[in-house]
Amino acid sequence: MSKKLNMTINGLPVEISAGKTILEAAEEQGLKIPTLCHHKDLCVAGNCRVCVVEVTGQNRLSAACATPCEEGMEILTNSLKVRNSRKQIIELLLAEHNADCTKCYRNGNCELQTLASEYKIMTQDFLELVPLKNYTIDAFSPSIIKDDSKCIKCQRCVRTCAELQGVNALTVAHKGDQMKITTFFEKAMRDIVCTNCGQCVNHCPTSALVEKNYIEEVWEAIANPNKHVVVQTAPAVRVGLGEELGLKPGKRVTGQMVAALKRLGFDSVLDTDFTADLTIIEEGTELLTRLKKVLVEKDESVTLPMATSCSPGWIKYIEHMYPEHLENLSTCKSPQQMFGALVKTYYANARNLEPENIVSVSIMPCTAKKYEAFRPEMHDSGYRDVDYVLTTRELAILIKQAGLDFNKLEPVKYDRLMGESSGAAVIFGATGGVMEAALRTAYEIVTGREVPFENLNITPVRGIDGIREASIKIENPVKEWAFLDGVELKCAIAHGLVNAKTVMDSVRAGTADYHFIEFMACPGGCLGGGGQPIPTNPEIRQKRSEAIYAEDEGLLIRKSHENPEIKKLYKDFLKEPLGEVSHHLLHTQYTKRDRY
Amino acid sequence: MANSHQLKRVDFIFRNENDWEKVLSTTIKKKPQELINALISSELKGRGGAGFPTGLKWKLTAESKEKQKYVICNADEGEPGTFKDREILSRVPYKVLTAMAICGYITGANKGYIYLRGEYKFLLPELNKVIDEFSYYCKEINLDFNIEIFMGSGAYICGEETALMESMEGKRGEPRNKPPFPTQAGYMGKPTVINNVETLVHSFTIFKYGAKKFYDLGVQYSRGTKLFSVSGDTPKPGIYELELGMSLQDFVYEFGDGDTKAVQVGGASGFLVPRKKFKDAAIGFKGKLTGISLPTGGSMMLFNSSRSMFNVLDNYLEFFREESCGQCTPCRVGCQQLLLGIKAVKRGEKPASYLDKLLRLTETMQYTAKCGLGQSVANSFSSIVANFREEMIY
Repeated sequence: MSKKLNMTINGLPVEISAGKTILEAAEEQGLKIPTLCHHKDLCVAGNCRVCVVEVTGQNRLSAACATPCEEGMEILTNSLKVRNSRKQIIELLLAEHNADCTKCYRNGNCELQTLASEYKIMTQDFLELVPLKNYTIDAFSPSIIKDDSKCIKCQRCVRTCAELQGVNALTVAHKGDQMKITTFFEKAMRDIVCTNCGQCVNHCPTSALVEKNYIEEVWEAIANPNKHVVVQTAPAVRVGLGEELGLKPGKRVTGQMVAALKRLGFDSVLDTDFTADLTIIEEGTELLTRLKKVLVEKDESVTLPMATSCSPGWIKYIEHMYPEHLENLSTCKSPQQMFGALVKTYYANARNLEPENIVSVSIMPCTAKKYEAFRPEMHDSGYRDVDYVLTTRELAILIKQAGLDFNKLEPVKYDRLMGESSGAAVIFGATGGVMEAALRTAYEIVTGREVPFENLNITPVRGIDGIREASIKIENPVKEWAFLDGVELKCAIAHGLVNAKTVMDSVRAGTADYHFIEFMACPGGCLGGGGQPIPTNPEIRQKRSEAIYAEDEGLLIRKSHENPEIKKLYKDFLKEPLGEVSHHLLHTQYTKRDRY
Repeated sequence: MANSHQLKRVDFIFRNENDWEKVLSTTIKKKPQELINALISSELKGRGGAGFPTGLKWKLTAESKEKQKYVICNADEGEPGTFKDREILSRVPYKVLTAMAICGYITGANKGYIYLRGEYKFLLPELNKVIDEFSYYCKEINLDFNIEIFMGSGAYICGEETALMESMEGKRGEPRNKPPFPTQAGYMGKPTVINNVETLVHSFTIFKYGAKKFYDLGVQYSRGTKLFSVSGDTPKPGIYELELGMSLQDFVYEFGDGDTKAVQVGGASGFLVPRKKFKDAAIGFKGKLTGISLPTGGSMMLFNSSRSMFNVLDNYLEFFREESCGQCTPCRVGCQQLLLGIKAVKRGEKPASYLDKLLRLTETMQYTAKCGLGQSVANSFSSIVANFREEMIY
């Protein structure tokens, strides 16, 4: 169908479909052209110029990432002119970069470092520019550290923040030698619209943006004999961690991860999936209650559509961008925070521990979770509900530091009491997962029957489209929910904040006739979270997603309300969904924030 | 032969003729194709410095099937040593507006913008008055074309055509990747003719007097006249309309102070010619027949023997270090390295051979920088270092 172009690459004739760039054409031929500012998630920039190639007949070189193929083009990707130019560009970047690699957080996973190594830059002939610039490091945010001395100005973070997230917290300012990536009025990251989603971290080729790590704090807690250190792991961590430890994307490592956490010395290794199930019960009940109030009681004070509240990046986004719509948010805390609040109450009671001696650690695919744990209101247990949040990447560091041979670890199950979970909880890790989990439970509560999809897989809510819609018709409900008979429950799913913006604009305009919307700050949902292994790209996210759904399929219990530990939790402690204890421990409120 | 060409002063641009209405109304009675042919046969090339054939630019835009198209007059004159566009806009603004409207008629654009350099804000009241008068006349003759002024904010890079459009779209003034070229996708992604102020005025001349009159001036590959901004060590600084193709020797004879050591042709992004090469250098676009041909946006800076060429280069590099947009690596870091590099050599912190490394760097900048700014830093650097190497070291 598409037109073919005839060209040569390095003398070999090739046929390329029209519309491709030189970079894509080379890639099709299995030829790698180095890039820095280029990223498959983002628009073409052509800033770094590392990918330059020679087009025969032209004196100037062309950026392969930004130059479309043309009929008859003769391309040289490795001529002497190309090599020399590329090498000089890498040298220039190194001259402007704080190349103290041995003391760098991204040491070993830095695209500039890799290039410097490939091109064997062994000396620094150009003048060092870093010492002239008086850089300060912005480490005020609980989630993200910004170090301009490591920045190579490729603008990947800027494009990420604008294109994937629509937040525009990061921008380019000044020109010439003063040009830098900065924030509104050059304020600290904690004082701006930044949602802490960490997508900038995931897309940064160097160490200019990294997560704030709490590795030493966790090691200290583990080493302290007076502390009982509990760790929870989020659903998406198990499908990402392997990549950081040398495995291919899409490898599930749940059992080995639990084994590793035990070897690291955590006193109890538990599963955030447990509170994901709990979230479904609480949030599902909240949704049904809201529906009842709106449809039956005609209560105008109740707001629909209800929006999910488990993604802290999304929460901060709506607080800044749509502060008049906070009523749409479910009041449920995220699974991480529910877990934290229960660890220092329910768990402490059951285990006969003093809550002040419990250190609650969570392993999250997310950098915004660090911020969430630090929110002042997250103290409902009487203590800080979650003490330290580590990303998937940080957990891999712990495992490497402990010298564990990850692949040789025998899979182990989670500890009990808050370690049991369902397939519904696992799919929280993927975009649409919360929706699917909620529908599995809500539908069954309302009708007494399972969702009418083969093998519980609600396929319409799955996929990678930025915004998806689905509806499910309720027929023959049980008596209590008779008013829902014939109602078409309409839902929407948005992932990546730029898509959240589109959906929220329709909510604001009053044109969104949904009942329930799932929002995830990151592309792909948590599996593409800002704390997941780097690199990330659409293919990698797809593999992680497949792994998540495979894990769900393999589990015996696939509905949140069938989780036995959840049943026990309600029986022994919470009594009922949206009850008084739940209200106190599991629900929260939100803060209106300014944009500037 | 280029070097036998005498300096010829011409007076087309500032000749004060109050007949723009007639030029406009008669020109737009002709067929667009006829006008494009005239422009092409005149061999008018862009007067901003790059020298792209103007007729071809208009033709490409005219051929595009898009409905919305734009004409932009680039009045972001920022090249050090140029001040001709300011003079045109103060003295004969209606010629510029007329040319824009004719361009709109030919290409199918009904909207024109003048991107006015931030520092030329003082021209605004007078220009707006002329635009009002002009619009009134366009309505009278049923020509659907209106012109607005867009004020720049003082960044040199915004004179680069794609950065200029980014700036007009409310974004940071950074050059775009080319292709697509503005004729395909320019302002707001629509086909756009963007011309320097002076280029537009020359097209007025062509429409008024015919292509042949223009073509007969100048030399092969460099037809017509050009405004030169003459500055530096000269008893006659100012603006002169001269035929293209003159030798630098003749130019210095006319404008030099008797002690001219070098001439910088084309501003900071142009070439420096030392005295011994004056007679071999001709001012005009590159062609197959001439010896050294030097394209220029019009800036001619003369330096006499009291000047340190190190200081001259240092000054240019300081300018580039600051005015690079910072987007692409070779330009952003390259400019800093060149500036600090020559200082280090001068101070003896780097050996003289470091200049060769810097020369290789300018080559890389020329090959790999994203836009003309980064690419042309090589011109002044290499021509100054090559010809005055000892002044860089001692």
